[in-house]
Amino acid sequence: MRAIRPRLASRFAALLGLAPALAILVVVYVGCTAWTIWISMTSSRMLPSSNFVGLRQYEALFANERWQVSVGNLAVFGVLFMLVSIALGFLLAVAIDQRVRGENLLRSIFLYPFSMSFIVTGLVWQWLLNPTFGIEKMGRDLGFAAFRFDWIVRQDMVIYTLVFAAVWHAAGLVMAIMLAGLRGIDEDIWKAARIDGLPPWRVYLSVVIPMLGASFATASVLLATSVVRLYDLSVAMTNGGPGVASEVPAKFVMDHLFERGNLGLATAAATSMLITVAAVVGPWLYWQSRRTGRAHA
Amino acid sequence: MTAPAESMRPAWPNSPAAPRALEPSGARPRRLNPARVGLYAFLAITALFFLTPLYVMVVTSLKELSEIRSGAILSLPLAPTIEPWIKAWSSACTGLSCNGISVGFFNSVAILVPSVIASIAVGALTGYALSFWRVRGSGVLFGALMIVAFVPYQIFIYPLVRVFAFVGINNSIPGIVVIHTIFGLPTMTLLFRNYFVSLPPELFKAARVDGAGFFRIFWSVMLPMATPMIIVAVILQVTGIWNDFILGLVFAGRENLPMTVQLNNIVNSTQGERAYNVDMAATILTALVPLVVYFASGRWFVRGIASGAVKG
Repeated sequence: MRAIRPRLASRFAALLGLAPALAILVVVYVGCTAWTIWISMTSSRMLPSSNFVGLRQYEALFANERWQVSVGNLAVFGVLFMLVSIALGFLLAVAIDQRVRGENLLRSIFLYPFSMSFIVTGLVWQWLLNPTFGIEKMGRDLGFAAFRFDWIVRQDMVIYTLVFAAVWHAAGLVMAIMLAGLRGIDEDIWKAARIDGLPPWRVYLSVVIPMLGASFATASVLLATSVVRLYDLSVAMTNGGPGVASEVPAKFVMDHLFERGNLGLATAAATSMLITVAAVVGPWLYWQSRRTGRAHA
Repeated sequence: MTAPAESMRPAWPNSPAAPRALEPSGARPRRLNPARVGLYAFLAITALFFLTPLYVMVVTSLKELSEIRSGAILSLPLAPTIEPWIKAWSSACTGLSCNGISVGFFNSVAILVPSVIASIAVGALTGYALSFWRVRGSGVLFGALMIVAFVPYQIFIYPLVRVFAFVGINNSIPGIVVIHTIFGLPTMTLLFRNYFVSLPPELFKAARVDGAGFFRIFWSVMLPMATPMIIVAVILQVTGIWNDFILGLVFAGRENLPMTVQLNNIVNSTQGERAYNVDMAATILTALVPLVVYFASGRWFVRGIASGAVKG
């Protein structure tokens, strides 16, 4: 059979169809990124300037205390949020996979927070954690006069309240991904394990978890992306406070762009975020492409 | 105990065996042993933890302010009132104006409808062009789109504001629609490309033999085939765009601020005493659209997340 060769007109039409994507790629993704990186190497303040200063903005950035706090917060938040969400999501998926009653109801309950925005999530938890009216008051009303749960107004603890809210938001997503993975595992595994006399927890630990590698990778990448983008939650829940105790890099960039009028510093911060993402996502994409490449071979 | 005894299943120790399937079927365990009690206790406690915020939102929004101050956060309202809801909808203050969250609601609708249509149209077209047509460099384009899906918005925001101001669409509905189209492109393209790649190529070849061109095949053959993907895309984009905060804040302009931005203004920039019941009513109102989409769409929602996720 002869391969069908696209005629010239259709070829042109195909290019036309790709034009919006190409324009977005070139103008926005490449052009704007280059522009941001360029500004980060100038002495721009309120207005952009073309006075090249090399990496001086980056020196100022990493000497900036608020940036240091932001980066530290993101690290603490990122590690805890990912670990707790993945652990809780996986446990929920395993529990739901034991033929429990009301599976659909339970899944809906665990996943509904994910459908809501970070603004809503932040505001709800701000209210729940309110020391005057929230959980702390509830504890004291129950008779524990010394009960304290004022983390949201404590500089040293506030970042953990963000983790709390974010886990509530995202654990259901991990559960959904893991459940799909568990349902794809071959039934025979369990037969083999039984013949070998392995207890179920051993099977989960040494057989099922390794087989769910792709599910864990998908969940991790999705969560990691939302970690770097973390902005709305901090704005809604604490607005970066108390003081600068819950500031995050994305908020640092936005505040310096629009409120503090320091373009050079803001773009240097944005570029640093980009480099971090590239360092995390690059290897993963490489691994993915090699994996699919091998699958096709 | 009537569970079929022989088949194997992943189980807590001693749990009754039953055939394993995607949909639970067959006999259910009748007798509860300690392990199963523990399992249900874990699920129940976690479910309570997940439901508490929603419950607190609802009861707080139905209480008088005086009751909120004196009562417990978990208690049911003694004298339920819908006044906070009316206030939140029509007279809560965002900064200087006091027209309630309804302003934001209608702004969000005005942003949502064209943004969903435009982003899906461009994404479907790109996904189609990348799957059936061997255009040179399409692999590079696709790879680049996938990389960009992970890049934080902060990298693009300042140049985009400048470009939009230059073109004259900054702080306008068309501006924010273009923005949602731009940032929806990677996910939408991935969604549709993966779907089109899974279709039998004979379909495309037959249409070619019949003499149909690029756009004709897209419109009359591929789009009708892609209805399930369009549903998934609509679910993803409606919830995503409705929940967006940062893009609306920067690009929509003061007159068109979406509901999430208005909500944050109502709650976090109030002068003087805060009306927690009105705040919670406004919060529920803002969450309502994605919640309705979520509960109405059921498994489609999960499917959307799964296909939106970049996976191998």
